[in-house]
Amino acid sequence: MSSIIKLDNIVKKFYIGQPNELEILHGISLEVEEGEFVAIVGPSGSGKSTLMNIIGALDRPTSGNYFLDGINVEEATDSELSEIRNQKIGFVFQTYNLIAKTNAIKNIELPMLYAGVDRIERRKNAERLLELVEMSDRAKHLPEELSGGQKQRVAIARAMANDPAIILADEPTGALDSKTGRLVMDLFHKLHKEEHKTIVLITHSNELAEETDRIIHIKDGTIVDITKGGDK
Amino acid sequence: MLLFENISLALTSLKSNKMRAFLTMLGIIIGIGSVIAIFTVGDSLTIYVSQSMQELGANDVYVMVTQRENSEQSSLNRMNLSSLTTGSAVDEEDYISVQMINDMCEKFSDEVYAVNAQHQIQDMATAGIENKTAKIGLMGTNAGYYITNKLELTAGTMFSEKDYSEKKKVCIVSSKLVEKLFDGDSEKAVGKEITVNLSNRDEIFTIIGVYNANVRTSSSSNSGMMMVLSGATTMYIPLKTAFDLDRKTESFYFIQVITNVGVDSSQLASNLSKFFESYYRNNRNYTVGAFNLSGMVSMLTEMLATLTMAISIVAGIALIVGGIGVMNIMLVSVTERTREIGTRKALGAKNSSIRTQFIVEAMIICLIGGALGIVLGMILGSIASNALGYPANASIKGIIISLLFSMSIGLFFGYYPANKAAKMNPIDALRYE
Repeated sequence: MSSIIKLDNIVKKFYIGQPNELEILHGISLEVEEGEFVAIVGPSGSGKSTLMNIIGALDRPTSGNYFLDGINVEEATDSELSEIRNQKIGFVFQTYNLIAKTNAIKNIELPMLYAGVDRIERRKNAERLLELVEMSDRAKHLPEELSGGQKQRVAIARAMANDPAIILADEPTGALDSKTGRLVMDLFHKLHKEEHKTIVLITHSNELAEETDRIIHIKDGTIVDITKGGDK
Repeated sequence: MLLFENISLALTSLKSNKMRAFLTMLGIIIGIGSVIAIFTVGDSLTIYVSQSMQELGANDVYVMVTQRENSEQSSLNRMNLSSLTTGSAVDEEDYISVQMINDMCEKFSDEVYAVNAQHQIQDMATAGIENKTAKIGLMGTNAGYYITNKLELTAGTMFSEKDYSEKKKVCIVSSKLVEKLFDGDSEKAVGKEITVNLSNRDEIFTIIGVYNANVRTSSSSNSGMMMVLSGATTMYIPLKTAFDLDRKTESFYFIQVITNVGVDSSQLASNLSKFFESYYRNNRNYTVGAFNLSGMVSMLTEMLATLTMAISIVAGIALIVGGIGVMNIMLVSVTERTREIGTRKALGAKNSSIRTQFIVEAMIICLIGGALGIVLGMILGSIASNALGYPANASIKGIIISLLFSMSIGLFFGYYPANKAAKMNPIDALRYE
């Protein structure tokens, strides 16, 4: 098995050269295998959001190497970073971040639109993904007409749109009640098992982390422990 | 990203904020609307003026008696009440004589095709047969008159050479007069003698022709307002006959010189001015001026163009203010949609895609505003044209320019907000509350 994510001694500093210079990540090295379901756990302020931004190609590390599916991310231009996010990463946010006034199926089509997929192909793929997340009957609904759980399922379908190398989920159940949160977690397991997706779950909940293959514990900008998750 | 997707995105965004979109468009609507209204009125006016000039004969030269500047008479005139009331203090001895016209025709035989000379008898007259009467205005004309004022005869003939030279008492009457006196039977009227009652005596005329009074000729502008109001129609008689009737020597305040094809009428006008000046060398108060219409037309068109330009500048300022409004609302929109922009970037939108999205939105606002402005402008322009009495002419040129211009306003004023959106840091944008 090959590494999809390869972080090598990643350091991230803010306010570089100013008196309040701040080092958030102190040299993180981590590898995630293809088809793995890992959790990154840590209390708030531990630097897990910063790490997520780097893994998600939203930000560049100050030093260190990051290879995503064989691509050297820190050498990429802004435009290439956009392409990496578009092709390699599927984001799932705590607050869903669906585009308002735009119906479910069009939201799912959006990453494909930016990828330049033609209209018929887009629609076909979006319909398949809606079926995968069991939301076919809500295709034409606007985000404001959907419940939190439904919104998150649409968001997960959107993350799958360009068949990314990894799905990066930032507290995906954080805004949901435990019952709908459960359904969303089940969906991730389904994507992991049936679609063989590599999933990186960022959470502060040890309980959810226990469901994954491997748990990476972060504290004060360093990996303090890596444990094997309970098999669900 | 595809243009179509951007347009549909922009429309979705506008629909969700209808009132705001409309208020933003208002500046553009007013700006474009006034430009179109001005263009419509301007074009209508230009077309109308040049058409009527063409009808009158833009290539003809008008020769008329004019007052000399700084003449003694003119300063006296200001104190002379009678001249103010009659409107003219020109004596008949100052008029253009037949001799002068004959000399001119001889000297400029290559240029002059014909001369239109006319003599209107001021008295209100009635024409009658048996017990029936009709009001008429008597107009003495020469053959040249009918070259520029074509009559459509429904019966009979035009005047012959003999009618003119022998001062025959023949006339051509209007179809309206025939309706009153001959129950509308034109054929029956021809050859009949009718009695023309001038202020103090009767004269007998033979009808030789009937013209269709419903066909508007430029001659109808010669018939004064009083004539139209009283229901009188023009009765044409030979020129010399008219002077005889008035007991006046044949002389003219105004003549129209019809030129041969290919004659430079501006050149002829200045030559004629010099020619007539020789007759008026000893006249301290009056001379004769010659003008051609094409000069007047171009002067008028130039004046109109200047006016259009001046109002267009004002409208242009309105458009700039409107454009600033668009920019303002786009900045608000970009700030409001910071999270959306962050999300789009996380999903792989390039800076250029975001920029295009917002520029297209600004251009759509301006384009819709422009289209509404064109409709508004055309309505206002038509109303104004009709009120001025000219047929409205929509300016295609104006419409195309306005649409292009409003789109460029969108592009220009939309660029800065769009660029602001494009340059947002995705992390900060995603975190924006």
